[in-house]
Amino acid sequence: MMTTYEALADPTRRHILDLLRERPHLVGELVMLLDLSQPLISKHLRVLREGGLVHVRQDAQRRWYELNPEPLVELDNWLGPYRHLWAERYDRLESLLDELQEEEKNHGKT
Amino acid sequence: MGKLKVNAEPGSHAIVMSRDFNAPRELVFKAYTDAALIPRWWGPNGVTTTVDTMEVKKGGLWRYVQRDDQGGEYAFHGVYHDIVAPERLVYTFEFEGMPGHVLLETISFEDHGGKTTLIDTLVAQTLEARDGMVDSGMEQGASESWDRFETLLQTL
Repeated sequence: MMTTYEALADPTRRHILDLLRERPHLVGELVMLLDLSQPLISKHLRVLREGGLVHVRQDAQRRWYELNPEPLVELDNWLGPYRHLWAERYDRLESLLDELQEEEKNHGKT
Repeated sequence: MGKLKVNAEPGSHAIVMSRDFNAPRELVFKAYTDAALIPRWWGPNGVTTTVDTMEVKKGGLWRYVQRDDQGGEYAFHGVYHDIVAPERLVYTFEFEGMPGHVLLETISFEDHGGKTTLIDTLVAQTLEARDGMVDSGMEQGASESWDRFETLLQTL
């Protein structure tokens, strides 16, 4: 059973999710939009289903793939720390270094 | 002073970041190894970082816990491998929210006439893990679709 993270660790699957967040899609639509074979799209959709990221809604003859928001909210809590971690913390490090050097200078004056 | 440069070659397990600081490397190294200083910078805006453990010696443990204002808690930990003041730190890094994905982090501090170039190399265990970090928007300028994705998630 793939974890949500592993289901997301594929650019094609992320592309599928991007499309599903606009609206639900049929398999055939995804095949056309991504220009990939139906078996390959189906395989990716299976992984996304097992990762809890999408579900199927049956509507008469048609099967719509829809996004499940809940695991992504959880995952975003994980992505969040990474997403902002680097640039912001280096800025904070720079501010701290400026402060420390200022403190050192002032300490030297007294 | 500096702009963060990020390099993540396709097919590589590594992310390499570099940034210049207008401070001597002894001080930059200190900011990385002093438990009193870590909470003052080691995290994104809007979270507070506390040092749970920090044994700055070969084989020593480190663990930091971050808390945001919604009660979310994120803990990170690892083990120090090499500590060479003021040139280099090598340690493992794991986010407790995602156990089993360990990174090896090497930080080098290069002296350039009293200023420091810091080079941070992160190596993931798999290509998928590395790509996951890159695509999560670690670089400045996260891809637009993932910004919109995040906006959608805020509304849910």
